[in-house]
Amino acid sequence: MDKTYYDPADLKKFGKISDWNAELGDKFFDYYGKVFEEGSLSAREKSLIALAVSHTVQCPYCIDAYTGDGLKRGITKEEMMEAVHVAAAIRGGATLVHSVQMMNKYDKLSM
Amino acid sequence: MLKSLHAKHSDLSKTEKQLEILSNGIFKDGSLPTFADKIKAVNAFPLQPKKIEILQLNVGYMCNQVCAHCHVDAGPDRKEIMTVETMQQCLDVIKNTGVHTLDLTGGAPEMNPNFRWFVEQASLLGVQDFIVRSNLTIILANKKYHDLPEFFAKHNVHVISSLPFYKKEKTDKQRGDGVFDQSIKALQMLNKVGYGKAGSNLKLDLVYNPSGAFLPTDQKALEHDFKKALKEDFDIVFHSLFAITNLPISRFLDYLIASDNYDDYMYALVEAFNPSAVANVMCTNTISVSWDGWLYDCDFNQMLGLKVATKERHISQYNEENLSKRNIIISQHCYGCTAGAGSSCQGAVV
Repeated sequence: MDKTYYDPADLKKFGKISDWNAELGDKFFDYYGKVFEEGSLSAREKSLIALAVSHTVQCPYCIDAYTGDGLKRGITKEEMMEAVHVAAAIRGGATLVHSVQMMNKYDKLSM
Repeated sequence: MLKSLHAKHSDLSKTEKQLEILSNGIFKDGSLPTFADKIKAVNAFPLQPKKIEILQLNVGYMCNQVCAHCHVDAGPDRKEIMTVETMQQCLDVIKNTGVHTLDLTGGAPEMNPNFRWFVEQASLLGVQDFIVRSNLTIILANKKYHDLPEFFAKHNVHVISSLPFYKKEKTDKQRGDGVFDQSIKALQMLNKVGYGKAGSNLKLDLVYNPSGAFLPTDQKALEHDFKKALKEDFDIVFHSLFAITNLPISRFLDYLIASDNYDDYMYALVEAFNPSAVANVMCTNTISVSWDGWLYDCDFNQMLGLKVATKERHISQYNEENLSKRNIIISQHCYGCTAGAGSSCQGAVV
């Protein structure tokens, strides 16, 4: 048996999370379904946001799911990569902006 | 140039091999329900036809393209061509029955040497909708085809053309290098004679099918994206976009197996099974005729060699009454027509 943390086949079992707590599981899936409906943002835009966030939270299931979803919707690979760069820029920026705290503390502690 | 599975003597060019793959594995070990079991559960078994309204003729497997997903396994190396005699038998059926739509497909139907004769004869019969499924590039492939847009317009042919995507890369990957640019030129030629314009009687529809192991999304959303991109980038207009699911047979099945996507694709099809699509699948109002005149429930059954379940199986013996009472032959590939919004030669069915 393979000893790995992630199995791609587990993505198909996502719905089974309701088996051990139907009430909360069903509420989550109702919410999830509503979130991705066409709204002020198009379902296409939401799919790209989901793909970018998937990279930020480093969820391999989500990356598989929203790459497939993007292909279905005719989202190009250039659009997908741009979305990932947006995620990377925010993540990188979030790291770098904390350097202000580091600089403040450095200055405070230094003569 | 790619070769057809037939020319490569591939195992998958044999219909028995395809049916064996479709019937065994995940369907035999119980991982997935068979299509028959699935439609039994919604009281739709055996699947039976309604009134026969559409006659779809495959007038030959010869084609100037070798598309990676082609369920016909068509290409320049295929020589199967419908004869004038068989065409005449089809005309007789149209004349004597309630068929109101004639749907010509191939290969590239225009490559049949009797194509123009047939179009002239058939247009005189006054069917409501006379469809030619053109791959577009044939219009530019040879000087003798350059006037096809005018010829189609003269006979009020409804042109339905495949264009996998509104970008070059995906289209060329699926259909061959240079296909996108040629398709764009052909669409502009069709627009020039009046095809595809709002209010025009000269109908031009496009067909989208996914360029890989995934299902199509909402047809309306795709149509919106196609219309916007083709208008902005190339000043091209068309009427409707039909989103078609790739069925796991022939070259697409070969691709699914070679890319290790077969099981996942079948899971996706079964998971997307939509009971309300069953009532409107195209085999319920269509008869498919092969180049050599045999009758099938649909184009896909034709490619799998599954002839209609009636005593009379050839166009020369066409018996509308018995055909209307037959059971439609099904296998696991039928999941492709009932997934999501359903899929037919006219796109989504629900």
